[in-house]
Amino acid sequence: MAAIAKPLDYGPDAIILKGLDGNNWRLKDYESRGGYQALKKILRDNVKPEEVIAEVKKSALRGRGGAGFPTGLKWSFMPRSFPGAKYLVCNSDEGEPGTFKDRDIIRYNPHILIEGMIIAAYAMGIAVGYNYIHGEIWADYDRFEEALEEARAAGFLGEKILGAEFSFQLHAFHGYGAYICGEETALLESIEGKKGQPRFKPPFPASFGLYGKPTTINNTETFAAVPYIMREGGDAFLSLGKPNNGGTKLFSMSGNVARPGNYEVRLGTPFAKLLEMAGGMRNGKKIKGVIPGGSSMPVIRGDVMMSTDMDYDSIAKAGSMLGSGAVIVMDEDTCMVRAAERLAYFYYEESCGQCTPCREGTGWLYRVIHRIEHGLGRQEDLDLLLNLADQIQGRTICALGDAAAMPVRAFVKNYREEFEYHISHKHCMVGPGGYSTSPAIESLAMAAE
Amino acid sequence: MSTLALISDDSKRRIDREIAKYPADQKQSAVMAALAIAQDQHGWLSNAVIDEVAQYLGMPTIAVYEVATFYNMYNLKPTGKCKITICTNLPCALSGGVDAAEYLKHKLGVDWRETTADGNFTLVEGECMGACGDAPVLLVNNKRMCSFMSNEKLDQLIAELT
Amino acid sequence: MVNLEIDGKAVSVESGATVMEAANKIGTFIPHFCYHKKLSIAANCRMCLVQVEKAPKPLPACATPATEGMKVQTSSEYAKTAQQGVMEFLLINHPLDCPICDQGGECQLQDLAVGYGGSASRYQEAKRVVVNKNLGPLISTDMTRCIHCTRCVRFGQEIAGVMELGQAGRGEHSEILAFVGQTVDSELSGNMIDLCPVGALTSKPFRYTARSWELSRRKSVAPHDSLGSNIVVQVKQDRVMRVLPLENEAINECWLSDKDRFAYEGLNSDDRLTRPMIKQGGQWVAVEWQQALEFVAHGLKDIKASHGAESIAALASPHQTLEELFLLNKFIRCLGSNNIDARLRQADTSADGNVAGARWLGMKVAELSGLQSVLVVGSSLRKEQPLIANRLRQAAKKGLQLNIVHVADDELLIKVANIAVVAPSALPATLAAVVKALAELKGGKLDNAVADLINGATTSAEATAIAKSLADKQKTAVLLGNLARHHPNSAALHALGQEIARLSGGAFGFLGEAANSVGAEAIGATPGSEGLCAQGMVSKPRKAYLLLGVEPALDCYNAHATIAALKSAELVVSLATFKGDVADYATVALPIAPFTETAGTFINTEGTVQSFNGVVKPLGEARPAWKVLRVLGNLLELPGFEQESVDAIRKEIAPDLQAFVNLKLNNTMSNAAVTMDKPRGGIERIGEVPIYAADALVRRASSLQKTVDAKNAKRIFLASDVAAEQGIVDGADVRVTQGNASVVMQAKLDARLAAGCVRVAAALPETSALGPMFGTVTLEKIAMAAAAE
Ligand SMILES: Cc1cc2nc3c(=O)[nH]c(=O)nc-3n(C[C@H](O)[C@H](O)[C@H](O)COP(=O)(O)O)c2cc1C
Ligand code: SF4
Ligand code: FES
Repeated sequence: MAAIAKPLDYGPDAIILKGLDGNNWRLKDYESRGGYQALKKILRDNVKPEEVIAEVKKSALRGRGGAGFPTGLKWSFMPRSFPGAKYLVCNSDEGEPGTFKDRDIIRYNPHILIEGMIIAAYAMGIAVGYNYIHGEIWADYDRFEEALEEARAAGFLGEKILGAEFSFQLHAFHGYGAYICGEETALLESIEGKKGQPRFKPPFPASFGLYGKPTTINNTETFAAVPYIMREGGDAFLSLGKPNNGGTKLFSMSGNVARPGNYEVRLGTPFAKLLEMAGGMRNGKKIKGVIPGGSSMPVIRGDVMMSTDMDYDSIAKAGSMLGSGAVIVMDEDTCMVRAAERLAYFYYEESCGQCTPCREGTGWLYRVIHRIEHGLGRQEDLDLLLNLADQIQGRTICALGDAAAMPVRAFVKNYREEFEYHISHKHCMVGPGGYSTSPAIESLAMAAE
Repeated sequence: MSTLALISDDSKRRIDREIAKYPADQKQSAVMAALAIAQDQHGWLSNAVIDEVAQYLGMPTIAVYEVATFYNMYNLKPTGKCKITICTNLPCALSGGVDAAEYLKHKLGVDWRETTADGNFTLVEGECMGACGDAPVLLVNNKRMCSFMSNEKLDQLIAELT
Repeated sequence: MVNLEIDGKAVSVESGATVMEAANKIGTFIPHFCYHKKLSIAANCRMCLVQVEKAPKPLPACATPATEGMKVQTSSEYAKTAQQGVMEFLLINHPLDCPICDQGGECQLQDLAVGYGGSASRYQEAKRVVVNKNLGPLISTDMTRCIHCTRCVRFGQEIAGVMELGQAGRGEHSEILAFVGQTVDSELSGNMIDLCPVGALTSKPFRYTARSWELSRRKSVAPHDSLGSNIVVQVKQDRVMRVLPLENEAINECWLSDKDRFAYEGLNSDDRLTRPMIKQGGQWVAVEWQQALEFVAHGLKDIKASHGAESIAALASPHQTLEELFLLNKFIRCLGSNNIDARLRQADTSADGNVAGARWLGMKVAELSGLQSVLVVGSSLRKEQPLIANRLRQAAKKGLQLNIVHVADDELLIKVANIAVVAPSALPATLAAVVKALAELKGGKLDNAVADLINGATTSAEATAIAKSLADKQKTAVLLGNLARHHPNSAALHALGQEIARLSGGAFGFLGEAANSVGAEAIGATPGSEGLCAQGMVSKPRKAYLLLGVEPALDCYNAHATIAALKSAELVVSLATFKGDVADYATVALPIAPFTETAGTFINTEGTVQSFNGVVKPLGEARPAWKVLRVLGNLLELPGFEQESVDAIRKEIAPDLQAFVNLKLNNTMSNAAVTMDKPRGGIERIGEVPIYAADALVRRASSLQKTVDAKNAKRIFLASDVAAEQGIVDGADVRVTQGNASVVMQAKLDARLAAGCVRVAAALPETSALGPMFGTVTLEKIAMAAAAE
């Protein structure tokens, strides 16, 4: 990994990725930024587990993995006096196209995640945890293992942590290339040494999770927010965002922006502001569409997006979802048919193959869009696509079916004229290639040298 | 019983370290790591290697095969000396991922899943690597991630690896 | 209980039950593919989507728990739309090859497509094609038809106990397959064919021989093991084309072992005896029935006149029907002889007279599922009782502790709690050790009969662990398997097993060998105190032998001696379904009908009376054996051979046959003066009956003979110490000598065999030159050059 000399700029309001320069990831650096104080305080003052959960509830922290489920509530589902093992699992499998935020936490601030997980384990009385790390980020996996070693050596992990009656072991698990393992029950199956095929719910992981034991799964960023909440208080975190949308959120800005990268802003920040932080549109092009929450979410037309705020509720009102906070920005040179085709291909490739609508339907969706893109479309294809999306969504074991259906539906609905143009003219409306071709390498790339 | 000749002692040590992470009756949890380690050693996973991994972990061979064929990063066929996986997913495509892929195809004279005549490179189309901000991104042999791959940097990389 | 409403009908189910189970309870059909009541829930096909009030999306009935007050619509517009959507997806990649598909006419997909499919497909893209797999001699594949319900995979993992099939790949590229180059070798594999809702897995022996609608279906009972699985025999033009399970939860549940399923191939074998034959001047000649029967009658009369009635003996296969065994018994007694036995492989009859009744399981088959600890002695379990093994496998998942005393640590695919692996000669001593350990734990007084046996016993860690397992649990049993029954000290094993059961307060029983082992003993087709047992008839050769369904070289304890005795006789009358090697030893061969060609009754190991009718006409000149015996009785002017039907014979046995049998079931052995042989030393033979060699039919089922199990049985397995001592390696040719007979076999090392032993199967032509199933053998490595000659 190239060393980065100047401070990483995640924005002025950052709390998770605050004060990082790419090299100060070690335990001592983290402690000098106030790290592990929350944990120490909890153990020193014998804070009750229920109180930790209450504080997290108060913070209105919502899961950063995609669904936005209230974290404190999820933690309260764990059976308190369960005889036998319970597990804590961190979901660092980010493979949702457009999402690359958890990687920065793992490589530049791994201890904030470790501390967050330790506190979570304490709150739910859990003795063993795993962090499931995306297969492709090998170097970052190694770094996380190193950070774990540091934490063990310092007594933050292991038996009787800091002398308290609390033990917690944390291990890293390496994925090996399957997007579906980001789905929480597929991830559990994967840790059990099986194919990552999601389980039908109920039962939910809180009652039947890893090895059939009660398990809580949260996203990396969710855990990483916990030390701040416990150090500064739930109210402080809440006030960083909006009611029901507490705290800051990492947004992964990608696509046709001048400075792709992660930006940590208060929930409720206007999209226009976020776009500005990312340097605005690359080469001054016009904005055509935005997928605001990772590739599974419906695309929104650029003009609508420019007047929307970045929080769970506002994005929902605009007709999409905040998801994992991956913002894919497309400019006027983007062919929306080609974009939809590429995403449909992704879900077709990544379907686990277990349930019928997803296994069969994703391939069908892809093939139809592929035909349209290659000038072989028929007018009735568009209604077929919408109908197929209906036949998939809500009828599958896991939400990958929905994730495959929603983008297709939104692309067709929001850019129907472009699809129709493709069909009737048998070629693209925006010119050859379909993507704006000028490379993105303007900012971070230079810094990385 | 067979002697597990295909898994080296060093690999066994590494696999044992993974096994230790899980409850004693859950050795199977180490299967993905074990396959990865075996692949590190051999470059790919032959049926014989898969069979040995199964024996080592006490699993049905077909269960190991299921895993090996489910996850993209296992090589079930030999690859060139360097397997280059390049992401062409939408966020990357918007920032030159497809262009970089086309450039590489041209430069190496191969299409997806093909290996160069000299056996040096196999080119694979990748899905999202969780690094979309660094597009174009590619992986060399699953492990080394290369970011912001302009054509010049691609040239450098190929020169370095040849 | 939970109360809910399905299509307006109220139903209440146990809490935890699913909507599918609730619907089944009131007879409401919800379309499905992946759901199967005996398998785990996968919920992957999505065919069972139903509308649930207040649910935001359609829910799969198979996986959705029923909840109080739930209102379910299974065929509302909303539910139908969801189901039709799934059906459309299932069909897009399914080939439309119903006309050439063996599943046609009995295909769930085809059936449901009629109700839920569209008339034309909107799918105009390329269809998926999947290469076929070779899964072995029994299952034929057409994997393009697979709909990925994973029933077959789950069956392997959950029921057969071994994962031989898996779903490799991902998404649309997923394929069901076995690991490269491997086949499906489970003895329960045929059930996967039943489970497959489409034509992806079909029966290889049945392939392309009939369309399902051409077949008539008739109920029957499987004749191959003591379970008596209920079957449906499917017939076309008076030929048995296929056998399928008939569900009977109390016996075979919905399963069938491969033996019961595929053995029907033997029925149509070229080796069928279809005409009466007489040996004249060393030549076999086909004759009319009348001539043959008169020849037999005269022969028997002459021999009785010149040598006395005791010089006549009858051996019957325990796979024959109850009515046949009854008439044979009556026939032989009326002739004035008591020499009759159906316990062909029982070496030790020293307990005769001391056992109170017919030896049986000692409980109901279904009760096996509720056991908490069981000791199984001398049984290969999976290979001799595939479905009883499955009962124990499922029980083990619920906590049953399986304890084994056997001659090998065979792969049972069941979690074994404790096991003692010893040579056959050490089995009694091992049981004695368990008794001793139990007595110490329980502090009870020993039964006098076994006290002597126990005194010298030394306990071992395994014996103590087994005793503890039995002592700790409430519902326990001791079960003796075939090897214990064939064992030269079987009386001792009986006495000791009974004592273990008594001390631990559990049940005591026999797993049972043949379809009618219980029946034969119940009606007294055994010599009693006056006659000779099967072994006695061999060791004291007779002048005339009547064989009922017996292949003497394969069915008897000591093949070598049996053949010698027959060859020395003046008259050997074989009532046989197959020719086999009958020409070697018989004077007359009378073709008799197998179970599909006659009515009859089997009494299974739990004592259940199961009668059946013939399903096809007898082949050629073959006749039901009961008719043959009746005519013979008439020709010899014996009294009481006027029965007009099988029913009449049944009535004659007892007006209420089940009540009669119930009174006979009794394993209790008393006043036994049991002794144990001293361990012999030398290399011990373990001579079991391989799974596909147990009866005449199965021996001729050509597909079963191609299985790995059948092939393996032909090799000699050597314990590690034996192999090392003799310097024998895997694959070497070995000459095995027992007494003064020897055969050459290919060696296979088996570390799981008791030390000092070799496994040389009985019941095979390859080993029938040898002597008793147990005893010592010597081995000789054959040099390569000599072997090549
Ligand atoms: C197809 C699919 C992919 C997913 N991928 C991820 C992922 O990469 N990372 C993640 O944290 N959550 C992912 N999720 C969501 C998880 O299932 C789960 O909701 C989340 O990890 C819970 O954590 P949170 O409550 O902290 O958000 C995915 C869900 C689906 C259906
Ligand atoms: S929706 Fe797709 S990914 Fe999810 S379980 Fe079904 S087949 Fe697998
Ligand atoms: S039967 Fe319910 S999903 Fe298949």
